[in-house]
Amino acid sequence: MASEAHAADKAAEHAAEGGSLVFHPMDQFIVKPLFGDGAVGMFTITNSTLWMGLAVLAIIGLLVLSTSKRAIVPGRMQSIAELAYGFIYKMVEDICGKDGVKYFPYVMTLFMFIVTANFLGLLPKSFTTTSHFAVTMVLALAVFLTVTILGFVKNGAGFLSLFWVSSAPLALRPILAIIELISYFVRPVSHSIRLAGNVMAGHAVIKVFAGFAAIAAISPVSVLAITAMYGLEVLVAFIQAYVFTILTCVYLKDALHPHH
Amino acid sequence: MATETTGAVSTCVDSHGSAIGMPQLCFDWFPNQIFWLVITLVVVFLVLSRVALPRIAAILAERQGTITNDLAAAEDLKAKAAAAEEAYTKALADARAEAQRIAAEARAEIQAGLNDAIAKADAEIAAKAAESEKVIAGIRAGALESIEAVAKDTAEALVDALGGKADAAAVSGAVEQRMKG
Repeated sequence: MASEAHAADKAAEHAAEGGSLVFHPMDQFIVKPLFGDGAVGMFTITNSTLWMGLAVLAIIGLLVLSTSKRAIVPGRMQSIAELAYGFIYKMVEDICGKDGVKYFPYVMTLFMFIVTANFLGLLPKSFTTTSHFAVTMVLALAVFLTVTILGFVKNGAGFLSLFWVSSAPLALRPILAIIELISYFVRPVSHSIRLAGNVMAGHAVIKVFAGFAAIAAISPVSVLAITAMYGLEVLVAFIQAYVFTILTCVYLKDALHPHH
Repeated sequence: MATETTGAVSTCVDSHGSAIGMPQLCFDWFPNQIFWLVITLVVVFLVLSRVALPRIAAILAERQGTITNDLAAAEDLKAKAAAAEEAYTKALADARAEAQRIAAEARAEIQAGLNDAIAKADAEIAAKAAESEKVIAGIRAGALESIEAVAKDTAEALVDALGGKADAAAVSGAVEQRMKG
């Protein structure tokens, strides 16, 4: 599979050398070591490491440094921090209920990491950590495992009533149980691919438009298209973080209150 | 996987530094990405749960407290203002009543004084009138006696003038007779 892709790539490159368009929309997602160019081992400091670190610094700057004055009348940055806090806190409280509030730091961690990584990824020349399935899959699996373990710890075998739709006719219930079970296990997949897929697609499309900018005649259109896509991506960066977080809350609610 | 491809520096990147296929599906990088992601998430979680979230919660609670206190203080001040206004109105009403009372008292006092003065004046006038009447009566009595004397003298003179010899007793008897008539 990779060899075929490589062959296609080679063909594209030969064409590029011939003076026509060069498209490498996926190169921006390559993980490289930051120092030297050896192999990427488990502990190698890579561009992915750098941008995750920058996300951590951005979160500290936004939520810790901006609130260091503890102003009663907040400044701009403190307002943003308070807004983010109130936004996620209310989401957790509304969806999971009062007893879900103790998982608020967990949900807030996921939201803050995804939203800052998404926005940092929109900087030119940056690396978008959340465009990788390895990253979003870990996030989604963490939610899946948390929800499953928490569901059994909190409700014991009663957690299985999540799959037993008591409001449906008795004859339908086994069939529904199978569907519910499948959908339950598909959750981490859809949860992670939705985020990484959206982010990756947007960035790749921008790169494709950027490739067209090499042709003078259509470069203004290309620049306009990039601008429009960038606006859309800003929206997507927030909405996907929001969607991921709200789904986390919905799954957490299932763990806390499994009865339909 | 594609180790046999010439010029590839790894299974995912070719000799030109371009991606082979989707970099997202390059399993060589997964351990690295997952390791650093876990570190990142742990750091973010610790920062949030230890520092950021308690601090923001405290700020929000403090603000709520300040607002509540300020509202209570405002309510208090409003009540105080209302009480002050009430006291002012009451003082005003009291002062007005007091003024009316003092005015009425003064009026009554003046009236009493006036009445006394009038009564005294009346008495004095009455006394003077009585005295005058007495004097007038005296004068009148005096006048009658004088008239009698004058009439006797005149009658004597008349009798003398006519060449008679006036008998004093007869003349005075006649005059008295006439005066009575």
